[in-house]
This record gives sequence, C-alpha cells and structure tokens, in this order.
Amino acid sequence: MSWGEKASMMWVCPVYLDPKPSIRKETLLKEYKQKNRCSKFIDRRFGEYDTKMAPEDKILQRFTMERQRVHEKKDVYNLNEEEELTHYGQSLAEMEKFNDVVNSDDESEEKGLLSAELTASHFGGGGGLLRKKALGEEEEGGQRAKSRQELIEELIQKSKQEKRERQVQREEAQELTEKLDQDWKNIQSLMVKKTPKADKQEEKPKLEEYDMMVRELGFEMKAQPSEKMKTPEELAKEEREKLQKLEADRLRRMMGEEVVEGAQSQIHFSADDLNDGFVLDKHDKKTLAYQDGKWNMGEEEEEEEEEDEAEDEEGEGESSEEQESDAEEDEVEEEEEEEEEEEEEEGSGEDDGHSDLESEQESENEEEEEASPKPKKTLSKEEVKAQQEAAKAELPYTFAAPESYNDLKDMLRGHTSDNQRLIVARTQKSNHPSLAVGNKLKLQKLFGFLLEYIGELATRSPPELSTIDKLIPEVYALCQMFPDAACKAMQSILGDAAHSMEETLEVKGHAAFPTLDMLIYLKVTALLFPTSDFRHPVTTPALLFISQALTKCPVRSLQDLTSGLVLCSLGVEYVSFSKRFLPELINFLVGTLHLAVQDKASLGYIVVPPFRASGKYSDLLVLSSSESCRSWSKKSLPLSATQQLDLGNDPDRDTHRLTCLSTCLDLVKRCCLLYKDLPSFTHIFQPIRTLLSKHLSTQTLPEPLQELSSEIVEAISSMPVTQSALVFDKRKPIPLKLLTPKIVEVLDYGKKRGSTREEREKERLKHKYKREFKGALREIRKDSRFLAREKLNEVMNRDAERKRKVKELMGSLATQEGEWKSLKRKKK
Amino acid sequence: MAPAKKRNVSSVKTAEKSAKKAKVDLSKTVERILESRKHANDVFDILESLQAEQEKEVISAVAACSELFCALLERKELFLGKLPGEEDALSGGYSAEDKYRIFMRHRYTSCVEILLEHLSHEQYDIKESAMCCLMKFAAGEGLHPLEDLDWSEHYSFPRELIQALVDNLLSKATDNSLLISRFQEFLEMEDVRYYVMSSIRDNVGKVMDKSKGAVVPVYQNNVFTLMSSISMPNQESELTNFMVKQEAKHEDWKAAKLHEHKRVFERMWLGFLKYKLPNSMYKKVLVILHDSILPYMSKPTLMIDFLTAAYEIGGAISLLALNGLFVLIHQHNLDYPDFYKKLYNLLEPSVFHVKYRARFFHLANVFLSSSHLPVYLVAAFAKRLARLALTAPPTALLIVLPFIYNLIRRHPSCRVLIHKPSAEDGEFQTFVVGIGVLTVYELSVGYVINVCFCVVTEPFEDPYLTDEEDPAQCRALESSLWEIKSLQKHYHPDVAKAALLINTPLSEQEDDISETLEVTTYELMEKDLKQPEIKSVPLEFETATRLLKGGGDVLGQHFCLA
Repeated sequence: MSWGEKASMMWVCPVYLDPKPSIRKETLLKEYKQKNRCSKFIDRRFGEYDTKMAPEDKILQRFTMERQRVHEKKDVYNLNEEEELTHYGQSLAEMEKFNDVVNSDDESEEKGLLSAELTASHFGGGGGLLRKKALGEEEEGGQRAKSRQELIEELIQKSKQEKRERQVQREEAQELTEKLDQDWKNIQSLMVKKTPKADKQEEKPKLEEYDMMVRELGFEMKAQPSEKMKTPEELAKEEREKLQKLEADRLRRMMGEEVVEGAQSQIHFSADDLNDGFVLDKHDKKTLAYQDGKWNMGEEEEEEEEEDEAEDEEGEGESSEEQESDAEEDEVEEEEEEEEEEEEEEGSGEDDGHSDLESEQESENEEEEEASPKPKKTLSKEEVKAQQEAAKAELPYTFAAPESYNDLKDMLRGHTSDNQRLIVARTQKSNHPSLAVGNKLKLQKLFGFLLEYIGELATRSPPELSTIDKLIPEVYALCQMFPDAACKAMQSILGDAAHSMEETLEVKGHAAFPTLDMLIYLKVTALLFPTSDFRHPVTTPALLFISQALTKCPVRSLQDLTSGLVLCSLGVEYVSFSKRFLPELINFLVGTLHLAVQDKASLGYIVVPPFRASGKYSDLLVLSSSESCRSWSKKSLPLSATQQLDLGNDPDRDTHRLTCLSTCLDLVKRCCLLYKDLPSFTHIFQPIRTLLSKHLSTQTLPEPLQELSSEIVEAISSMPVTQSALVFDKRKPIPLKLLTPKIVEVLDYGKKRGSTREEREKERLKHKYKREFKGALREIRKDSRFLAREKLNEVMNRDAERKRKVKELMGSLATQEGEWKSLKRKKK
Repeated sequence: MAPAKKRNVSSVKTAEKSAKKAKVDLSKTVERILESRKHANDVFDILESLQAEQEKEVISAVAACSELFCALLERKELFLGKLPGEEDALSGGYSAEDKYRIFMRHRYTSCVEILLEHLSHEQYDIKESAMCCLMKFAAGEGLHPLEDLDWSEHYSFPRELIQALVDNLLSKATDNSLLISRFQEFLEMEDVRYYVMSSIRDNVGKVMDKSKGAVVPVYQNNVFTLMSSISMPNQESELTNFMVKQEAKHEDWKAAKLHEHKRVFERMWLGFLKYKLPNSMYKKVLVILHDSILPYMSKPTLMIDFLTAAYEIGGAISLLALNGLFVLIHQHNLDYPDFYKKLYNLLEPSVFHVKYRARFFHLANVFLSSSHLPVYLVAAFAKRLARLALTAPPTALLIVLPFIYNLIRRHPSCRVLIHKPSAEDGEFQTFVVGIGVLTVYELSVGYVINVCFCVVTEPFEDPYLTDEEDPAQCRALESSLWEIKSLQKHYHPDVAKAALLINTPLSEQEDDISETLEVTTYELMEKDLKQPEIKSVPLEFETATRLLKGGGDVLGQHFCLA
C-alpha cells in the first residue's frame, strides 16, 4: 500500500485534485482490484460498510450484539444471578446506599487525586517508601527506623486524616452554598416583582385584613375632579366656538363640498347631564306634578315609566331649565312668557302639594277626567270663555301621542295658541324616544301631523298665523330630533305641490299662485333647514318651487302680486346667506315695477314672462290718484293679503299699491347688495335701472319711495362696468416627456419571464438534463483518469519491483561472480 | 198609419216604444214601396219622419231613406240626366215609367237636401247618420250615375253631392270637429279624398271672398280640422282604395294619380293659407307643417310666402315657422337671405318661457351645427344666448349652457369668448393664428383686425352691443361670457356646476342636449326629492323661534302675521 500512496502522492496535481478521492479509492479502486478475482474479502462486522453510522454508534451496537450473543450462550440457565451493574468497577447497588448524595466531582476529586505519594505508596512496590524513609532518615537524622508495618499504618492514618479534613471542608462549603442560596432568594424576591408562591402563602392570613382594605380603597370610586363650574365668559366662549364650527360646516356645504358626516347635533350638555340622550325641558316636572292632589298620570304604565325616571328628573329639572333658557337667549319676550308660565306652574304645583293630603280621597272620576288627554270631551260641556280659562289652568301634563291627524286636531281644538304650544311640547316630552320603544315613531308621525296642522291653520279664514308662530319652536325641536323624518315630510309636501302645479301647467300653460299654506311651508322649510347649502334635499327643491311659481304664475290681481312679493321675500331670504343668483327673482321684481309704469310705450327694457309689456293686467300698480301719496305711510302687509283683499275704494287700493311698491323697491335694494359681486351685475340690473331712471315717474311717488328709488339707481350706476377678460384657470404645467431610460431592477436573474408554466418547466428540465449529462461525463472522465492513474501506478510498481528484483538478482549474481572470481584468484 | 203623426207623445217610454214601432213601420213602408209602385206615395211618410223632432225617429228614417234610395239607385228607378221640373214632368210627354222615375228622383233630391240640412243639426247622432247616409248615396251614385255619360272623357263621380256635403260640413257657426273626425274614415278612399280636397278649395275660396279676408275663427278651425285629417298617400301604388271604380280608362282618371292628388292638396292648403289666419291657427298649422303638409306638396317652395309671413310675425309663431323654413332650406335649396340674422333676432328672453322651447333649441342646434358658419356669427349667438341666460329659468339654463359650449367646441376660434389670455401669455400667438384663419372666412369684415389689437389685460367694459340687430356688428367676439361666470353663482346646483365648466378648457366631446330639452322643473325637483340615500340631512342650527324670523328677516320686515 505504501507504494500506491506514494504513487498517488506523486500524481497529485492541483488542477485535477479530486474533491472526493476517498470515495473512488473505496469503490472504483476496489472493483478494479477485484476485477479478475473469483473470491473476495468481505468484512462482516456490524455496520462496517455503513458510512452513515457514527463510529460510536457502531461500537455501541457491536458491543450490545456481543453481549447478547454471550448472554445467550452462557446464561441461558442462570436465572437468579443477574449481572451486577458496575460503575467504574463499583457496584451500583452499593452506591445507591449512600445517604449522602455525593456529587460525582467528589468522587473524581478523590479518584483523580493522584499524588506522588499515593502512587508511590500504592504502586511503588515499597521502593518509594523506602526512598522516603531514606529521606526522612536524612532529615530526622538518628531516629529509629520504623518498620514496614508502622509505615503502612502511618500511611493509612494519614490518608484517613486527610479524608476527614476534606469532609469538613466539604461541609463548610455546603453550608456556605446554602447560605448563598438563601441570600440569592432574598435578592431574587426583590428583583422580580412577583413574589414567590411561598411568600404569598405566608402572607395569606394578612390578606383579609389589610390587603382587602387596600384593594377596596383602590377600587372604590374616587371622587374624580369634576369639571369646574364654567364662568359665563367661558360658557359664552364655548358657545361661540360651537357656532363657529357649525358656521364653518355651513360654509363648506355651501361650496358644495362633500359632507363628511352629519355634524348637526347641537345639544347643549349641562354639567349634570347623564349623557343618556334624555333631554328634559322646563315644564317637565312630572314627579312634582300633582293635580288636585292626585298624581296626574293618565295611564298606569306611564306612571311606571315616570317612577323610573323620577330620580333622573329630580336631578335634572334645573339643568334643563337652564338649557332651555340658554337656547332661547336671544328673544326676551318669549323667555318672559315662559317664566311666567313656569311660575304659574310652580305655583300650582305648590298648591297641589299642600292640598295633597286633604284631597287624597277625592273621587276617582275627577282624576280620570283631569288626566285623560281628551280636552274635547270636557270642552263640549262647558262655556267657551270660562272653559278656556279652566282649560288653561287644568292643562294636563302628559299627552298620548296622536295616532292620526284628527287626534292631533282634537287635542288642540279650542285651546289658545300658547296652550297649543304647551300641549305639543308636553306631548313631545311625555313621548320622548328614550322612554319607550315606539315613541320615536310616534313623534315622527307627530311632526307630519303638525305640518299638516300648520297647513290647515294657514288655509282657515282668517288664517291663524299667530298659532303657527307659536308652534314653530316645537316644530323646530321635533325636526332637530328626527331630521330624516322631517326631511321626508317636507319633501312630500313640496313634491305634491310641485306636482299639482306641473299638472295645471301642462293643461293650461300657467298656474295660480301658491296658496298661503304653501307660502308658510316654504318659510318653515327655511327655518328648519339650511338654505345656503350647495345642494340640499329639501331646500333645493323648495327654491326651485319658488322659482317655478315666479316664472309661471301670471299676476292678475293685487292678491297675486302680494303672493308674488312674499315669494320674492322668501327667495331673498333663501339666498341671503349664500348670495346665489336667482334670475327669476329679478325678473319678477322688474315685472312688478313695470306694473307701476304709467306710459308703457317705447320701453328700454324687456319684460320677461309671466309679465307682459302691455295687456289687461299690466297696470295693476298704477296709482289711480296722486292724492294717496301724501297720506301713505309704510306699514307691514298682512300675510293674509295673499288670499283676500278687501279694498273697496281707490284710496285703499292705492295704499296697498304703494306698500307693494315699497316692498318691491326694498327687495330690489337687497338684491343689489346681494349680487354686487356678480360679474354681470350691470346687465342683470340694467332693466331696473332703465325702468327706475326713465320710466317710473318718481315725482308722483311718496318721499320714502323716491329716496329708495334714487338709492337703487345710484347703487347700480356706482358699480364698475369694466371686467377683465375671462381666462381659464391656471393649470399645473404638464411635465415634459422624459427620455432617460427607465431602469427596471431585475431581481431574479436567469429566469425566463413571459413564457407559460409548461415551457418554463420544460426549459428547466432541459437545463437539468444538460447539467446532469455534463456532470456524468465529468465523473466518467474522472473515473477513467483515476483508473488510468491506478493502472499506471500498478505498472510502475510492477516495473519498480522487477527492477529491484533484477537488481537483486544482478547483485547476487555479481557477488556470485565476484566470489567466483575471488575463488578463482585464490585458486591461482 | 204613419207613426210620425204620433209625434207629441209625452212620456219617454212611449216615445221609445213608438220609435221602435216607427222603425218597424218605416222598414215595412220601404219594403212596400220597393215591392210595388202602387205605394210610391208612402215615400212622403218617410220624408216627413225624416224631419221629425225626435232623435230616434229621425235616425230610423235616415236608415230607411238610405235603404230605399240605394235600392232604387241600384234598380235604376231614378231618372237619369237632366231632371225636368215636377210640373213639366206631369205635363210633358213622358211615359208612366219615366214619370215614376222623375217623381222618385225628385223625392231623392229632397231627401238629400233634408239630410244636408241635418248635417248642422244639434244632435251629433243625427249628424253622423245623415253623413253616413249621404256617403252611401254618393257611393250609389258613383256606381249608377244619375247623369248621362255619353262622352267618354267624363268620369262618373257624384261631385255635386260631395261638394254639398263638404259645404255643409265646414260650418261657419258650429265646431264640427267631432263629425269631421268621423268623416275621416271616408277620406281613406282615394277618389273621395281627391274630390273633397278640391271641394274644400272651392268652398274656402267662396267663403273667404265673402268675408273679405277677415278672420272667421270657427269656420277656419273646421277647415283646418278637415284638412289636417287628410292623410296623403306616399306612393302611387298605394292608391287602391276607391269608392267608385271607373269602367273605362281608370288609369287616366285624375283621382287615381298621385301627382294630381298632390296638386290638389297643395292648392287646397295654399288656398287656405292665403287668407289671414287667427294667431292660434298659425301655430296649429306650423306645428304640423313640416311633417304632414310639406312632404305632400308638389312644389313645397310655394309655401315660402306663408312661412316668411309667419316668420315675420315674431314670437312663438316665428319659432314654429323655423321648422318649415328649415325643411325648405335643407331639402329644397331655398335661399333665405339673412336667415341667421333673423334667427339671431328671434333670441329674446321669451324663448326660454314658451311652450315650443325644446323644438326651437333643437332646430337652432341644427342650424348652428354647420362648421362653415362665420365665427362672428357663432360668437354673436353664443354671447346673445349667454346674455339671455341671465333671465332664464333653470330648466332652460340646463339647455343653454351646453348649447353655448357646443358652439364653442364646433368653432374653436370662439374660444376667446371664455379664454382671452393677455398678451404676455404665450397663448397670444395661437390666438393670432386663429384670427388669421378667421380672416379667410371674413375678409371683408374689417373689425376682425380690430380684434387683434383689442387683446388687453386691464378690465374693460363689455363691448357687446345688445341692441344691435346685425350679428356682424354686435362685437361679440371682443367680449367674454361673463354671464356664465355670473351663473356659477346660480342657486341650482346643476346649473352652477354646468357653468363651472368654463373655468377649464372644454372637453372635446360635444354635449348631447337632446336629453335635457324636455326636462321640466318638476323632474328637476324630483332629482333631489327622490334621492334614495340621504346620509344625514343637514339642519338649520339657528334655533327657530318665530315664523317670520330668520334669513335676514326680509319677510318679517314687510309682512306681518295678521
């Protein structure tokens, strides 16, 4: 073998260095060597050819196999004597008996302690001791030499002593360790928050006394710092901020931006508010409310509800009053009224309180009559005047929500407008959505009924507008509660009115002016919904309706004209904030002014339908006599003038005409202010200017109207007529086309993109095949190279052998020759 | 015997009974008369009951008459040729047979007279049955002519009868539209239609001459109803439905030729439109003119006088006349001088308020769709419409704004109306190039050059002349559409949004205005009312306390509650 190794060493070349020559040596070389043999040597030992097995495993396995074989053969009949397991020659059973758990390092310590003495004494064969003795002799000098026995005993003693010392030492160490452990534990308990279980158990008895208390204190509701009472300034500031926010919101909607969310809740929270959505208004002191000594509940269920609410209300009574007065700060009269009412109520409440005890036993009948929400019933019995007073005094405090419109009408019939308002307010409160499940629906319906009621009040003759006026706050409150339902109700009213108008338009081509109820509805719409929104589900159609009425309804009487002017005023109100342009408004005002022009020939302006330049009704506002101018003074027109006018004589008529004219001029003035920013202001107002300056003879008009007219003309002419040319909005310049190459980072090289899955798979397989093929070729080459090398080695070995042998032979022959020659010479 | 004598029956029931009885009796009488000539005098009974007061009786008498005389016509038992007087017949040397026929012919004539009178009866049923009966006679006469037809050129048709019928139909006193609509079914027949048309023409000529050109509303209304119920065939091959078939030379018959029909139709209409019409009639005629009159005229250009006259009237009538004029200009090469100038002058605030707004804008859109229009004209239209938009209702604005935008898109040189950059801006160059292109159109108009120098940066007064009638002189190109800028503040969100488009360059795609043409205010309103999902309704945050408060207190200042 040494030959071969040498040869291979010789042939090793760095380039062809085989990474795994060993494998070849073990496989190929062996095969080669076995090539022409018929027998071969096989190592039968376990796992000899298993390269995967670790050598230790191999040995272990072999050992167990060996043991098994031995056991099988020898101990087949050996039943009792189990083989004694030993550890380093010591019986394990013996070791188990040690009480003291000795660490293995002790053992090793002892065992490993191979002092020179010990070795010498154990294995020296006495030589060591002798030598020592010799040394000792030399040291002690003259001491009697000890016998061998003595020496041994001494040795034993010494070793025993040594052993004891070690024992002591160990014990000390153990003690120290224990102490250390103890200390560690103490430190640990400090380091880790969680106390060890053992500690907890120790503290357990204490828990009940102290810990519990601590915890109780911890969980106890602390008196949290409440918000401090706000000073009036702070309150005002807050109010202002809130309003500013709402204003900003309104502006945003006006610009037509998308509404993010309905930021409309504007409920004022008092400090004591429980934030449960329950809002109480001032009259709602039901718990205190006794009527003639009786709990004034209408129904028993309500009584229950009331009891539930009792605590809340008691606390809230005052705050809600505050709230109410807050909300209605601006109007003084109203507040006064309310206060009066409140006082009244409180007074009666006190009275009731006093009479509580006495009247406990009063008849059941009376109570029912008091409480039942049917004023109609009581009405029919009593006298009108007295009953009104009585009704006012005995107004029930709770009302069932009306199920139908007729219910509402019955409920309100015969009451004064203030009381009607009270009734509605109490109905609303006693049916608050937080009190019962169905209340929400009931109140939503109530809103619809109220609107219907308002319409009916307006259509009565004479229209009961003051009642409507009183009901407005309630309608507003309901609307704030249910915006969606209010929106729906208003939409349906507008839709119906518009639809009927459209139908008449289709048939006749023109329509009559909307009736008073519709005008009121339009006004109520403006009160309930913001008119300045870019697009609003209620106010946009309402404005369209106004515009439709102003364009399609011909003016044929002074009533019509009054209606038209109401519509115009509404139009101005609708756009007063947003300053949106309402062309129909201007058209109508021009037309109205045109009605007052005496000489209709040669107009410098164009009248837009529904007005006509000349015709039957085109002189409606021309005064019959100039006398009336002097006596005229500005008075507000009643809204009922839109429905009927009793103008018997010419002076009355003229007064009305002048009032209309003054209204119209005032509206024109307002429009001038509203639209002064429009680029086409001058063209929009050009007809008015021409009309006022050239056609409407102002001399015949009263002084205030003349002034108004000249003011308007001045305002119009003072506006700049010049405009800069229109230009598109500046746009962001379009960036130039860039010609730098676009760099795409390729993250997976070599991967072919854009082909199908099959193609890719095929490609991959091809590639793999190629690689394998190449690898195989390389392997084969390597094999043949290896074999060639082996063969060469063999040949060289063989040659070398032969040379050696030849040399040997030649040498021996030479010596033989030499010997022979020398013999020959000798012979000579 | 004659039940007609039991005329004055008080109760309705008996009257009905008697009517029934009368019907039976009348039919029996008819049978008897037809059976033998002995009973010939019974015909007087029938004629008498024809003049009865009771409706039922008259109707049954009419039925009897039609039965009797149709049968007689068929049997040729009515005298042919020129009818001698009754006395002459008795005295003259006629045979008994002839005498009978003369007698019957006289009865027939008087029956026809009575029936014609009945055409103006108060009762519609009587009118109707009389008319139907007359038409039956006409058919009978057509088959068995009462005239001597020796000469082959003459075609047999009861022209006199039709003429009389038409004369009576076109009453001067009562509105016969219902009867005329019943008559329409007979107008399906080609020959009847042909002769009715010529009768109408004769009648109109006579009547209007008599009234000396003054307006006769009821009569003209009747005439119009009758004329408009005539539906003309489109092709010669459709002429198949004849009341009278001519034996000889049917093809040569005028009533069988389409162009003759057309000529008569045309003459009839021209004859009618020649005279002064009430304004409402103008509208009615103009509404149907372009699709039920003009296509059936042999020379539609003859309508030009009428259309021009109507166009001059102004207002809605002018708008309607546009349609007819358009057909003439478009299909018949009519050269209408100053058409666009007139169209320009039609643009008044009222165009946005009239009923025919949609039609007008449809047509105006067509007129202005040509890309060969001079740019000054288009600009004038755009500016004018924008100016008018200041008074328009929102529905009209939703038409006008896209309309103006379309004009600007079609004529990119009009872009200066919404985009007039100052000289410093680089776009001035392109603007001048644009003007250069303009000059090709408008070499003669000197003001175009002025435009080049008119580009100024500082504010200037609107140079547009509102009162200028000539679009070439109104200086619209020098102006800008500030009106649309103003409309950006319009109260209706859709309008405001539409007006906002001028802030950026217009898109290439033209807006389709046909969809918005018919939108009504209510539909516009419904858009907001029927919005399915309202996230949350914004509410007024200022607490409402009084009815007349809020919104600047405008209402409260001028009005009070009571």
